[in-house]
Amino acid sequence: MTPVLAVSDVHKSFGGIKAVDGVSFHVNEGEILGLIGPNGCGKSTLFNCILGQLVPSSGEVKVDGRITTGMRPCDINRLGVSRTFQLLQVFPKLSVRENLILAGQEHRGNMLSRLFGASDAGVGAEADKLIAFFKLDHLAHEQAGGLSYGQQKLLDAAMAFIAGPRLVLLDEPAGGVNLTMLGDLKDRLFAVNRELGVTLVVIEHNMEFVMSLCSRVVVMAEGRVLAVGAPDEVRANPAVIEAYLGH
Amino acid sequence: MSATFKWLRIVLGVAIVAALILVPMTLNRYGLYILSQWCVMTIAAMGLNLTLGYAGQISLAQGAFVGIGAYSGAILVTSGYPLILALVVAILLCFAIGWLLGYPALRVQHHYLAFVTLAFSTLAFLLFRNEEWLTNGIYGISNITRPEIFGYRTNRPLPFYYVCLGSLAIVSLAVWWLIRSPWGRAFQALRENPVRALSLGVDTRHYTLMAFAIGSALGGIAGVLYAPLTQYVDPIPFGLTLSLDLLLMVIVGGAGFFFGPFVGAAIAVLLPEWLRFTEGYYLMLYALAVILLLIYSPTGILGIADRILTERRTKAASAMRAAAQSKLEQPNLEQSKLETVR
Amino acid sequence: MSNLIDLLIAGLATGAIYALIAVGFTLLWQTSQTINFAQGEFVMVPAFFMLAVMHAGAPFWLAVVVGLIASLILLGLGFKLLLVDPMLRHGVLPLAIATMALAVGMKEAVKQFFSAEASPFPSIVPVGDISVFGRLVSLQSVSVLLVAILVVVALTTLLSRTSIGHQMQAAAQNPTVARIIGVPVERMIMLTFLLNALLVAIASLLITPIYLAKFSSGEVLGLSAFIAAIVGGFSQVRGAIVGGLLIGVLDNLAAAYVSSQYRAAVPLALLIAIILYRPQGLLGRAEERTV
Repeated sequence: MTPVLAVSDVHKSFGGIKAVDGVSFHVNEGEILGLIGPNGCGKSTLFNCILGQLVPSSGEVKVDGRITTGMRPCDINRLGVSRTFQLLQVFPKLSVRENLILAGQEHRGNMLSRLFGASDAGVGAEADKLIAFFKLDHLAHEQAGGLSYGQQKLLDAAMAFIAGPRLVLLDEPAGGVNLTMLGDLKDRLFAVNRELGVTLVVIEHNMEFVMSLCSRVVVMAEGRVLAVGAPDEVRANPAVIEAYLGH
Repeated sequence: MSATFKWLRIVLGVAIVAALILVPMTLNRYGLYILSQWCVMTIAAMGLNLTLGYAGQISLAQGAFVGIGAYSGAILVTSGYPLILALVVAILLCFAIGWLLGYPALRVQHHYLAFVTLAFSTLAFLLFRNEEWLTNGIYGISNITRPEIFGYRTNRPLPFYYVCLGSLAIVSLAVWWLIRSPWGRAFQALRENPVRALSLGVDTRHYTLMAFAIGSALGGIAGVLYAPLTQYVDPIPFGLTLSLDLLLMVIVGGAGFFFGPFVGAAIAVLLPEWLRFTEGYYLMLYALAVILLLIYSPTGILGIADRILTERRTKAASAMRAAAQSKLEQPNLEQSKLETVR
Repeated sequence: MSNLIDLLIAGLATGAIYALIAVGFTLLWQTSQTINFAQGEFVMVPAFFMLAVMHAGAPFWLAVVVGLIASLILLGLGFKLLLVDPMLRHGVLPLAIATMALAVGMKEAVKQFFSAEASPFPSIVPVGDISVFGRLVSLQSVSVLLVAILVVVALTTLLSRTSIGHQMQAAAQNPTVARIIGVPVERMIMLTFLLNALLVAIASLLITPIYLAKFSSGEVLGLSAFIAAIVGGFSQVRGAIVGGLLIGVLDNLAAAYVSSQYRAAVPLALLIAIILYRPQGLLGRAEERTV
């Protein structure tokens, strides 16, 4: 079966610095894949290469068997791949509901229907459901910029899911989230994965979070893949332990 | 937003509209001319606001698009065609040119549109001046008659002012509707955070191009009104100076705010009158004032107002959050099952 | 054909001046994301500083010195500290617009405090004709060209051979990394502004004798500089030099061979062609797609 995401020998250099040095792995449908590694090992750069924010210096990325290397982020997104960012990126001046409608509107209809059709582009109902699911009801019409960090994180995640994606890449979703909400977050990610069949790839530093959430883990170090396997295998791998030594 | 606040805004709005309709009846010819000019400039500034305030691109050609509209109006009306036809021609022409200019320029980052529009502005001026067979060159086109609307002749200042005001109203409604639509949301997104917008599927390039093309078309509409207003069209008013003036109108009023152009145009049109006593120095003072305003509030006058309002809102939100925090910590996940999502 | 050599030399001369202006412009962009829409006015103004000093009775050489110092202080230091620094925290766009307002202000100030008429300006290079390969060629053109070439060579040597030059380049290309390796980035940026002030002052000295001192000359000069920078390649100093020379030559050839009415359109056409077919400029590298 075609993997949902196939990364083949991707390289990315900035001037003389090799941020990603020949990374290959694949993600099967329905998996929750973890991507871990010490700071600066190239995880975020790799994400950016997969999702179109950066163009790989060489190598190939395929989504559902379709080559997406070099495509613009908006086009990749329309294929059913969405992401969250490490640094929170909601639209502060728009309300929570507006943020969600924005995230979903480009996946319905076309430019013309968006100009002459409904103001919410037909995504209003979905937005309301997600607001309820992430328990942001009372904040639906508040400006996103006024929310607390944790609430913005939830909104960010909601925005990634509203368009009904096949694959979601989450860049440090647990960063800065307090313990109480961490459990909720994990639960919701599990739920989305199991009941909606959304494949997830998660970059994380929180080891406990990753190991309990992911079915498979890719470990990177210095721009290369160090190990791939189930969480327990990887945790016991001596090379992995050494890469993390002192981090 | 509290109910009293909303009420206040409606009352204020109605009062202003009423004033715009009733007060001019007491004004003399010159006052009506200034007000009509304000209407026309606001339309052009609204177009530029789409490009600059919403899509975040500098256009230095809005003055040229006003010129294209003005010449369309002048040429067609003096040839016996109705002004409406000039309107259609100007809209199509300016939209098309905007699209053609923007398409290559927006493929690259680097604010190239600013330079391309700068170049186009100069080019347009050359065309206006040199193609005498069409534009009568530096001699200009005169005796542009004012239109007949539903059988009413609008030659006198007051009726024509109502034509300008009515046009402004129609254009404002159209732009309001655009901003309210998903397109408007996309515009806001691409202004606030284009990287994030892209990752959500928003084709920033396409929307920016549309904003610029529509904005240019609005410049054309303003031009078509300009011709019968001044009843004389020559190349001089449509150079870089007009483009800069319009840019400053948008900036001073507040780029990205719906009413920014209204405020900015009012200031730009009225300022020469107020500062007449400073004689030649008024432009320098204006430039200095703009720079100081930009340093303090890059989002212009309405930006200052918005900042005050947002501060009050954030305080209210914090209060609400504190109250809601206790609710969120409770473990009632069971209630929101996933069936509600799909 | 006999005219061609004249035109070429004159074109290269004005082109070299455009190159100086374009280089300053490009450096400002590279080091501090400053798009200086007032660059043309920056070239127009130093001549007026010098004229003012001469009107006060000073000899030309003194006026030149005072003018240069005034440029460094006002167009370099003053510009950076009073306009760029406060505006830069608001972003690139507001700063660009502020420089537009500045351009308007400078133009009006000169018009008010000096004159709306064009004033003659003494040349620092000898005027007259000399014989080159049996043809009479404007000495002014040749000397302007030589002076400009000298400045360009000095500039490139400074940038690529001296330690300060390397530091400036590092600060321009990657300020974060530069800071890490110990480059005093803020000081280098200030140096760039001072360098720009010097370049525009020299450009002013060279071009004002030819086109006379007028408050409105900034528009054309600025536009030529912008086109030169883009055509050459916005990310390269070398690009600005090549762009400037090209525009200068093209401009002069157009003046001779194209109708005077549309002569100004030729550089504009080149700009549009470059943006359509080679947006990175003649010498630029194909840009990393930044969205």
